[in-house]
Amino acid sequence: MPSLFRPALAGIFMAFLACSAAMAAQPELDLAQYHGRVLVVDFWASWCKPCRQSMPWLNELRARYGEQGLVIIGVNVDAERADAERFLRDVPVDFEIIYDGQGTLAQKFGLQAMPSTFVYDRDGKLAHTLYGFREARRAEHESQLQELLARKT
Amino acid sequence: MNRKMGIHAGKVAGIVLALACAALTGCSSLGVKPWEREVLARDDMQLDANPLDTSLDDHIYFSKEGTSGGRGFGGGGCGCN
Repeated sequence: MPSLFRPALAGIFMAFLACSAAMAAQPELDLAQYHGRVLVVDFWASWCKPCRQSMPWLNELRARYGEQGLVIIGVNVDAERADAERFLRDVPVDFEIIYDGQGTLAQKFGLQAMPSTFVYDRDGKLAHTLYGFREARRAEHESQLQELLARKT
Repeated sequence: MNRKMGIHAGKVAGIVLALACAALTGCSSLGVKPWEREVLARDDMQLDANPLDTSLDDHIYFSKEGTSGGRGFGGGGCGCN
């Protein structure tokens, strides 16, 4: 009996370790650390077609306004991280990506659509929320960003 | 006889209770969140298997009937359009 008991105990212990590792892997996004900068938090997924269209735009924004204090963070909500990584090989991005496979952050932000983009001003206040992505509205969004970047804290 | 009926009534009450629970809570976890639509966004999950064909059909339809639409809601399944 003890010979059976020990592997079972080890199994339970391993399961506990796996669970705690999964708990520890909860993504975190501390908005306060971006105080003084204009922060764009973009929720995307590999299966979302408008997200694919929006990526080159976000790259452009990062290249154009990064030095003026624009920070872009992409939050990926793919259940499988491998899907996201495959997508990123196709559509490389040059901003930070946070993986939120469980939708913890998505829940926290109360996502209404995909993609959803949250824009925070230099004071850390939510300035704009953009749902979906349309090429036609790029200029409008960009001028909103320019306005936020021009404002000092 | 009375005891038998009591057991029978108990069973009926149990079934009614179970059905009531199912009816009241069965839909409590419905609603796919926007970030959970991965499977729904797949091509083979679309109601319209051939969008080009549908658009041509629509074109013929509105040319003949002088009306269009009414087929349902279009979109990529990501809740954005």
